[in-house]
Amino acid sequence: MQAFDYVRAQSTEQAVALLAEAGDRARVLAGGTDLLVQMKEGRRKVALVVDVKFIPELNELCYDPADGLWLGAAVPCYRIYGNAAVAHAYPGLIDAASLIGGVQIQGRATLGGNLCNASPAADSIPALIVHSAVALIAGPAGRRQVPVEAFCTGPGRTVLAPDELLVALHLPPSRPGFGAAYLRFTPRNEMDIAVVGAGAALQLDERGETIVAGRVALGAVAPTPLYVQEAERTLIGRPVREADAAFAEAGEIARAAARPIDDMRGTAAQRRHLSAVLTRRALRNALARSLASLKGVEQ
Amino acid sequence: MSEHQTTQEMVSTAYKVIGTRPARPDGVDKVTGRALFGADIQLPGLLHGKVLRSPHAHARIRRIDVSRAARLPGVKAIITAADLPDVENKIQEVGEGAIGLKYLSANLLARDKVLYHGHPVAAVAATSIHIAEEALALIEVEYEVLPPVLDVRAAMAADAPILLDDLRTDELGRKGTKPTNVAEHIRFQMGDPAAGFAAADVIVEREFTTSTVHQGYIEPQTATALWNRDDTITIWTSTQGAHSARDQVAEVLQWPATRIKVVPMEVGGGFGGKGNIYLEPLAALLSRKAGHKPVKLVMTRAEVLMATGPTSGSFIRVKMGATKDGRLTAAEVWMAYEAGAFPGSPVGAGMNVILAPYRIENVLIDGYDVVVNKPRTSAYRAPGGTNAAYAAEVVIDELCEKLGMDPLEFRLRNGVREGDRRASGPTYPRIGYLETVRAIQQSEHYRTPLEGPNRGRGIASGYWGNWGGRSSVAASVNADGQVNLVVGSVDLSGTRTTLAMQLAETLGIPVEHVKPVVADTDAVGYNDVTGGSRTTFGTGVAVCEVGRKLKEEMIGRVAELWEVDPVEVTYADGVFAAGERRMTFQEAAGRLNEDRPVMVSATTHAQEVGPGFATHCVDVEVDPETGKVTILRYTAAQDVGRAVHPDLVEGQIQGGVTQGIGWALNEEYFYDQEGRLLNATLLDYRMPVAPDLPMIDTILVEVPNPGHPYGVRGVGEVPIVPPAGALANAIYHAVGVRLTHLPMSPARILEALWAKA
Amino acid sequence: MTPATNEIKVNARINGEPVEFFCEPRQTLLEVLRDRLGLTGVKEGCGNGNCGACNVIMDGVLVNSCLVLAVEAEGRTITTVEGLAANGGLHPLQQSFLEHAALQCGVCTPGFLLAAKALLDRNPHPTEREVRYWLAGNLCRCTGYDKIVRAVLDAAAKMAMR
Repeated sequence: MQAFDYVRAQSTEQAVALLAEAGDRARVLAGGTDLLVQMKEGRRKVALVVDVKFIPELNELCYDPADGLWLGAAVPCYRIYGNAAVAHAYPGLIDAASLIGGVQIQGRATLGGNLCNASPAADSIPALIVHSAVALIAGPAGRRQVPVEAFCTGPGRTVLAPDELLVALHLPPSRPGFGAAYLRFTPRNEMDIAVVGAGAALQLDERGETIVAGRVALGAVAPTPLYVQEAERTLIGRPVREADAAFAEAGEIARAAARPIDDMRGTAAQRRHLSAVLTRRALRNALARSLASLKGVEQ
Repeated sequence: MSEHQTTQEMVSTAYKVIGTRPARPDGVDKVTGRALFGADIQLPGLLHGKVLRSPHAHARIRRIDVSRAARLPGVKAIITAADLPDVENKIQEVGEGAIGLKYLSANLLARDKVLYHGHPVAAVAATSIHIAEEALALIEVEYEVLPPVLDVRAAMAADAPILLDDLRTDELGRKGTKPTNVAEHIRFQMGDPAAGFAAADVIVEREFTTSTVHQGYIEPQTATALWNRDDTITIWTSTQGAHSARDQVAEVLQWPATRIKVVPMEVGGGFGGKGNIYLEPLAALLSRKAGHKPVKLVMTRAEVLMATGPTSGSFIRVKMGATKDGRLTAAEVWMAYEAGAFPGSPVGAGMNVILAPYRIENVLIDGYDVVVNKPRTSAYRAPGGTNAAYAAEVVIDELCEKLGMDPLEFRLRNGVREGDRRASGPTYPRIGYLETVRAIQQSEHYRTPLEGPNRGRGIASGYWGNWGGRSSVAASVNADGQVNLVVGSVDLSGTRTTLAMQLAETLGIPVEHVKPVVADTDAVGYNDVTGGSRTTFGTGVAVCEVGRKLKEEMIGRVAELWEVDPVEVTYADGVFAAGERRMTFQEAAGRLNEDRPVMVSATTHAQEVGPGFATHCVDVEVDPETGKVTILRYTAAQDVGRAVHPDLVEGQIQGGVTQGIGWALNEEYFYDQEGRLLNATLLDYRMPVAPDLPMIDTILVEVPNPGHPYGVRGVGEVPIVPPAGALANAIYHAVGVRLTHLPMSPARILEALWAKA
Repeated sequence: MTPATNEIKVNARINGEPVEFFCEPRQTLLEVLRDRLGLTGVKEGCGNGNCGACNVIMDGVLVNSCLVLAVEAEGRTITTVEGLAANGGLHPLQQSFLEHAALQCGVCTPGFLLAAKALLDRNPHPTEREVRYWLAGNLCRCTGYDKIVRAVLDAAAKMAMR
């Protein structure tokens, strides 16, 4: 690896100052599972590594049923799925966090890092999108918020300026009747990059009869993770007993929205096809969880 | 689940050690992290080296300038091909294959041309690995990029770019005159194929392609060398054959072999890929140039995938005919294998494998060895066998379908047995092929119907000829009765255990009293590489011989002690006896050593090799919406001769099957149009992970090899041969599509399903 | 050891002992464990987190040491395969791997042992499926995993009885 300096930042302000000073020669280190690989391969020229794992607010995992989830950008995956209340409220996020690499990767990798790495195939991003997550960003001029679906601007590129730092992700509270799921297709059962990933979230009415809101997002079918907003129109207002038809339509919308390429991980035709299949399946999983959440309320 | 099936020949023999499951002598070191693998060596003053590799698949080297790199503080030596001596172009054995010496040298460091992405161009030694890496970036190489050729059929075309200017086709023994990429055309012929096909009621013909795959050992190649001031060279390395490595280094460096000592370290997997040398001569040259300091080279995973190993991608056409009553009448095969950048693919071995389980009177097999702009291929477990058997076994399955015959019945009707002659020449000795078919037929797995949509069961058989090779061993008896067994066969997977067991059995002593050691090339006589499933058999024959000699020696010495004629002394169950006199092995060891030590040696070139056969049965479920294959159940029945250590035999079968599954379903090299390898990581080179697999059930069928005192046959290679065919057939029976390309990845299965719909 | 100018001093607890070492920021924990601290039981199979041969347990969490900078070890507690055996005897997992012939070449074994330990620390009664998924980040090319999975399940059963 190339030589670089390492600083363990103690505060967000210090990290931002370091980034501002070093410009694009600095990189933020959280879990390091992407950054170190890229640096070893010489894909990133880095003069300064700013370790943000010891900044308290980046390490916070704070869930309040009324306020939702504040997820520090440096919280590793294992802490997320290890938290029972979070796992219950944000099942799509849990699906994704437990799919990223093997357990030894999940011991280090963070959803903040997964988002900032901005891979089109990132597992957590479609899940965050369907959970309506918002990114909290700190910079020299203060803080701003960006919805996750607007965060990535291209492969490896985001809205972050060189002197900005992702501090946390905020996910709104989940109400009874909410369910979400993420699933992906990979040739192997683990340790693989998504050929296609699909996240889906549904909100049912209190009686569990009608879909009142729905979100769909895809991974690995466009230069950035793709929020398939058009799917929502098909889903809203549909009775649960017609869910299969609605999900099939949503699947077709997802297929049409996908703009995949051929590469070694999959063909464009395969990806378009899987966009429909996985969207349908993710919606079905989300629906099962929505219904289960209502049952929980009745009990 | 593991079953044991014993044949008639076995019933009368009762062994004390053979067939038991003792702990391996290297076990504790390997579970505590103490075992020393190649990269674990630490030496005073050690320098670290790195290799500069070509970014192009095919290019002429115009100029190499190392001056900037040489000025970097900490850099101690830089070498290029100019540092390698010129060598004549004779044939050099490399473990389980052979290569022209000039090509072997050119593969170590490219001379005028680079022939694959990752071809070494220069190497650096420095005081740290990081400095060595920085130095690589300072070496300037000017290339004239040439068009690459990556596909075996494209390389055979008349207008294909030529890789090696001096290559001429060896056309059925006659040298061609024109530049070519076809190194060799081989033919096996028997009977009258035209007449055979005329007599057939059903004929199936199909074409198959298979992708380049890698052995995938977890330990990357490494070598550490010290070129001493007395001009002796010591090399610590991860190799399947210390003597073979020594001799290859001697040839490419034009240095006397006996001034080179190769110390074989623990080997983190080889599967055929660690018979060739890559780093050893570079480390030696760097050591000399750096002022006789030791230099360590360790490949990264990307280097391993880019520049070592792989086994051939191939094109295979198979045509077979059978009569209505299910008798094979003729077969024609045309197969072309990628050799990589230099000649030497395993196409000949593939030709031996492809029809081996079947009695067919009329056969024509043509094979071609073809160079392409990929790394030079090396042996991989049953080299060339998996892709060959895949093609044949799919065609057999289709014949069975057309004939309405059960695939096992068909195999029983056409399977080879003792005395049958294979198209490639030899007549089979006692073999257990039909026994493996019957074992599957009688298995609980096969007798349990497979139910459910999109599920299918596949059957396939496989063969590997096995090998004997040359071995040297020595045994010495310590005063306490423990026996040191010195072998030169590198232990890849537990052969120290299986060899110690054979000596213990022969001597009638507990296996714990035998201490096996793998020695370096100065300390033991010549040994061929550990490969081709030879060691437990071939070195085993030498061990049995050393045991026999040791007994004879001790009987003679005990007779001396007792002042009786040696013929009066018997030895059984660990006790020497003559008349009323008794002496245990241990007592004798003590007494004899007081006089003078007890030590014998033996060498062999074992010839009576027992070929191995296997039949596999697999159940799969295919997701018709994604093309994903889930393996529900797998049973492998194999004639293992005599299972010396059943746990280790099962392990060989389970590991071989799993490699075959990887080859069948997901493993493949992806190159871009310019010939750059795109997936040089273990993320995108997808070897099976634990959740991809069920337990692999084994049925050990024991048909002893009459050519070994305990009936041993090689067991390691055969299990990788049937899986691809078995899976292809299972997928067909699940969803009705015949996959004719390996790997049968989800994308390809989906495409086949779409084409069918 | 004299530090080079750009070297940083790190204090960590490794296999129960306090350890102080100097390293450059660009050195991975794997490199320092192997080359500076002599803990060569930690293996490098791929260098980018895809094979698990370099697994260590850091503050109770299984990680790939090839993807941790050595400077990040400051103040951390690390267990390598060398620290697995308790005084006097092998860890039940080590014993079980030997009894079940769960290793062939042995180079992936240290990583599997650490991964299995991390699993049983968290989930003492895993199912076969749980073992297989937990071990997905560890590649073995020799065994086909069968005997490894059995060894882990059997060690779990034996540890539960103690």
